[in-house]
Amino acid sequence: MAGHATNQIDASSLWGGKVSPFSTSYGKLMMWFFLVSDALTFGGLLIAYGFTRHDAQISWPIGEETFNSLPFLGHGYPLIYVALMTFILIVSSVTMVLAVEAGHRMDRKGVTKWMIATIIGGFFFLGSQAWEWSHFIHGSEYGKVELADGSKATVSGHSFENFTVTKSGHDFKKGTYETEELLHDFHHAILAGKVKDNTFTTHGGAVVKLNSKVDEHFKLIIKEPGSKFSKVGKAIFGAEANKLYYEAINSGTKNRVTYGANLTSNEYGPAQYGQFFFFITGFHGFHVFSGVMINIIIFFGVLRGVYHKRGHYEMVEKTGLYWHFVDLVWVFVFTFFYLV
Amino acid sequence: MERDDVIEYSLDTHHDEAHGKKLRKKIWQVTAILTVITAFEVGTGIVFKQSSEYWQVIKWMFICLTLVKAAYIVLVFMHLGDEKKTLKYIILVPYFIFVLYLIFISLWEGKAIDAALKLYGA
Repeated sequence: MAGHATNQIDASSLWGGKVSPFSTSYGKLMMWFFLVSDALTFGGLLIAYGFTRHDAQISWPIGEETFNSLPFLGHGYPLIYVALMTFILIVSSVTMVLAVEAGHRMDRKGVTKWMIATIIGGFFFLGSQAWEWSHFIHGSEYGKVELADGSKATVSGHSFENFTVTKSGHDFKKGTYETEELLHDFHHAILAGKVKDNTFTTHGGAVVKLNSKVDEHFKLIIKEPGSKFSKVGKAIFGAEANKLYYEAINSGTKNRVTYGANLTSNEYGPAQYGQFFFFITGFHGFHVFSGVMINIIIFFGVLRGVYHKRGHYEMVEKTGLYWHFVDLVWVFVFTFFYLV
Repeated sequence: MERDDVIEYSLDTHHDEAHGKKLRKKIWQVTAILTVITAFEVGTGIVFKQSSEYWQVIKWMFICLTLVKAAYIVLVFMHLGDEKKTLKYIILVPYFIFVLYLIFISLWEGKAIDAALKLYGA
């Protein structure tokens, strides 16, 4: 042995002597390390999104045009729904921090109450995201249309009035129907290129005619240039827009219109946009889901009095850290997917 | 196995009702700030379109407000502001170094690829 320590070290300054680095418990420190690594994952994903957006050759979708619907109320409410989702998540983050605060006072009732509120908030957020995804996947009434000159345009405004069934089939009888009732069949017929003079045949053999009207607010916005409309962002209104739109859906060619989104194409913009949307919001949603599950497990621990007996509610604090992190990520997703 | 380390340091964080009241007030203040910022962002997003001539300013304002929101969440809700300074910077500094570097390198490269695709065709 080379030598012995000349001074005896006070036991309390050693790690094994009841002193932890940074005066923080092992569990909390490890949670922070995990969160840093997870934050790098999300950072990487969002930066990859930015990278793709910077070199996309066709125009990138605009948040307030893509997300402008509310459940039951329809279109025309840009960003309100995501703002609501953000608010729900912020509130559930607040109830979580209140649960942590109650834990520091050993207030078991308070922890129980605020944990319930947090879990409910989490479920609300997940439900909202399910609706958001469903809406994103199904898409709009009019879709993105390829015009005669090869340019592609998104549609806003109103032109479909209702449908008249001129010959009964075994799914629809003669009469007039609301747009929603036959829209699905109509979209199918358009995709198959089987609409002629605004008339198509349903699977059940009913012959249906679309009644439309020319609305001056009906608008096409060019998103991909063609031979005639070469300027991206150009808007075409009213009668001309109507003419171009109906020309396209009655052209008899397949897939002139794109509805909603999947992993290979979407009506909002480049395919990568849909892919990133599904991956990033999906990965975040998965974090929310696991956060809710962890919250529920800890909630049962609170009910059983596990942490009360232990003398501290640090487990609530650690799950709290994870839950706040989920909120933190959403703040960034909200900005980069919806706002800018 | 006895977890003596955990108990010692968790007990440190206990507080009484009087201190709790102060903390709760702070929590609700931060809630109000986060809500107002979000509402302001949405309002601005609706009023100013991306085609607006002020868009560059607004875009950077959104990014700054996002960072403000993030700071409140991390420092107050996650209590990182109350931890030891060393811990705070061990969490924040490496993250910012990596992420800023990644942002710089990726967006720069993205623009270069964009220019190349425009020049030579996709």
